Amino acid sequence: MKKLILIGLKDVKLILRDRAALTFMLLAPFLLIVGLGFVTGQVGRGSSGIEAIPVAVANQDDGRLGAALVELFESDELAELVIPTFVTDATAARSRVDADQAAAAVIVPAGFTDSIIPRAGQLPAGRAIKLEVYKNPGRPVSAGVIQTIVEGFISRVETGRVAGEVIVMRALAAGLIPPDQIESFATAMGERLATTLAGESAIRLRATVGGGEQTPFNPMAYMAPGMALLFLMFTVSNGGRSLLAEKSQGTLAQLLVSPTTGAQVLVGKLIGTFLTGVLQMLVLIAASSLLFGLRWGDLLGVFVLILAVVFGAIGWGMLITVLARTPGQVAVVGSAVMLIFGILGGSFVQLSMVPAWLQWLSRLTPNAWGLDGFTILGMGGTLTDLGQPLLGLTVMGLVLGALSVVLFNRRSLLQG
Amino acid sequence: MGNAMDTILEARDLTKHYGDVVAVKGISFEIKRGEIFSLLGPNGAGKTTTISMLSTLYAPTRGDAVIAGHSVTREPMAVRRIIGVVPQGLALYDDLTARENLIFWGQMYGLSGRALSQRVGEVLAQIGLTERAHDRVKTYSGGMKRRLNIGIGLIHRPQLLFMDEPTVGIDPQSRRAILDSIKELNRQGMTVLYTTHYMEEAQELSHRVGIMDRGELIALGTQAELTQQVGESETLVLHLSPHEDAETIAQALRAIPGILRASATDHQVALTTRHAKEILAPVVAQADARGVKIHSIDIREPNLEALFLHLTGRALRD
Ligand SMILES: Nc1ncnc2c1ncn2[C@@H]1O[C@H](COP(=O)(O)OP(=O)(O)OP(=O)(O)O)[C@@H](O)[C@H]1O
Ligand SMILES: [Mg+2]
Repeated sequence: MKKLILIGLKDVKLILRDRAALTFMLLAPFLLIVGLGFVTGQVGRGSSGIEAIPVAVANQDDGRLGAALVELFESDELAELVIPTFVTDATAARSRVDADQAAAAVIVPAGFTDSIIPRAGQLPAGRAIKLEVYKNPGRPVSAGVIQTIVEGFISRVETGRVAGEVIVMRALAAGLIPPDQIESFATAMGERLATTLAGESAIRLRATVGGGEQTPFNPMAYMAPGMALLFLMFTVSNGGRSLLAEKSQGTLAQLLVSPTTGAQVLVGKLIGTFLTGVLQMLVLIAASSLLFGLRWGDLLGVFVLILAVVFGAIGWGMLITVLARTPGQVAVVGSAVMLIFGILGGSFVQLSMVPAWLQWLSRLTPNAWGLDGFTILGMGGTLTDLGQPLLGLTVMGLVLGALSVVLFNRRSLLQG
Repeated sequence: MGNAMDTILEARDLTKHYGDVVAVKGISFEIKRGEIFSLLGPNGAGKTTTISMLSTLYAPTRGDAVIAGHSVTREPMAVRRIIGVVPQGLALYDDLTARENLIFWGQMYGLSGRALSQRVGEVLAQIGLTERAHDRVKTYSGGMKRRLNIGIGLIHRPQLLFMDEPTVGIDPQSRRAILDSIKELNRQGMTVLYTTHYMEEAQELSHRVGIMDRGELIALGTQAELTQQVGESETLVLHLSPHEDAETIAQALRAIPGILRASATDHQVALTTRHAKEILAPVVAQADARGVKIHSIDIREPNLEALFLHLTGRALRD
């Protein structure tokens, strides 16, 4: 056992001295996280990464939706992201923007609620009145954030409205409600819709961590796990490359003429890859927490998930190593797999947006399971909520590991 | 045949096939405790393959070897603790320092703690790398890497050390240092199996020599025993200018009475004879007559190279 760990630690030491590998393992994912953060406008100048954005809100609507939007801007969830100033009319709001006192003005026109939720005695209006976001051209990024918040709100309202209409029509068609009661039914739907909207945030915010403390809105929190998982695949295929490198540099033969078995060499190297992968994930997570204030959630959960996700990924690393014959082949196959898994596994595209069969296929990647797990933790889940991802990753590692062992033998370790 | 106590290695009918290639064809020999035994042979003779089987890296296709009482095929782990291996190709971690390399390999032999660091210090001094011990191996010269490669083979004080062409590709100075250190190790009691295709090295180092060619052991014995096989003969080597066709000239010279054998390699013709001085004149005359330019002529006493030539009709080195 001691020997296995010594072989593993030797590999970790070698990796820590391999500048090219380190660049790929740590710097590349980090730069991508930061880069994507800038593109989506989430990296600010403040120490927490984001500076609160001043916004002028003019609510001329006397209905529930206008009130809900005001409530949203006043909510604790957005407290660290925006500083709202409430004004009575649209002109005042726009002039605050023109004077550069606000990054954007959000104007809720009169009759906004009525145009969406039918009042008693009316059918839903044919056409919804639009919310206006008046942007400060000097602050495109901040204005973009405000627009994102408002769009999120609108899309919720839209979903609710369509759903409401559909429900009313269906109920009508099925004869569930007599035509003379449509009005009261529609009103009830509208009421419920408005209540729901007021109660929920319009954009999916990171949920509470620990004792109900709200975390700041930060989409980087979704990007970082994806990137970390993407480059974890690099690390595990690099582990395979290092086995073949031992072969070509003669150290494998040297190990096999010392009192060391082939199995000890393999398991030792797997331990090395495992430690490297865990170290990589820990560094990426720690760095993103310290530098950008990303909250990854329950610490124990994060740690156990890391162990599982590295385990699952190593299964693939083993298979690639067994099937490839030269370090070059491992590198090529490894980076192809890394990219395919990145795409399939949701490192680039949200999995909820792809077709069902692709979602099913994504379950073959450690990325998808890992991302699930990190999302659960990010939303406030703990170790006990991780059952599925942990099971998926463990099974993946075991099945692929067993398959690799079957395909492998000592002769192929030395020759080929 | 010595008794079992004196014999540290006994190989019987060792054979290795690589697919259709028969790399080693049923060789048998023994190595006595305390001796330097050399396997001398040209490229592809099967030296490395023999060492691979003896060091338990590859299983023999047929045959076996017993090292200090343990069979290489049945008790490889026991054998590995007794032997040290200095491979022909280097086996080093370039991104580790010499010290770290030695520590790692020491650990693989179960060394640890003070005993390990003390042994590492000793070996570093022995291979003359103490000053560069903390530099990464990739910054070393070829000779330094060779020395470290040897140090790794020594780290666990093996009873029997296999050294596979440890002086290939290095400068004369490093080579000298390596040969001297092997003699010193041997004085301290280490048994050495040394392979080389340099006749001079085998001659300088070994108590006994096995000559290998094309997978076979074609001669075996002390140097005196071996050179006796060539008889009283001497070798006359003619160095020709590059544009001459050595083969044709060798053929022509073969006809001269007193020449037992004539063979050509590159720009040299080697003539085996009993009395070199007597054939010198006719050889030069014949060459003159054919307009062949001779740069220089060496007369060599009976040696292993002559024996190889005698046995195979080819020169040891190509
Ligand atoms: N792994 C292998 N697969 C197939 N053939 C091999 C293999 N290793 C060696 N051979 C062949 O076996 C023969 C003996 O090779 P070996 O390396 O043992 O010779 P050697 O005496 O060590 O030569 P050198 O002085 O060049 O090191 C050669 O014909 C070689 O091509
Ligand atoms: Mg060789």
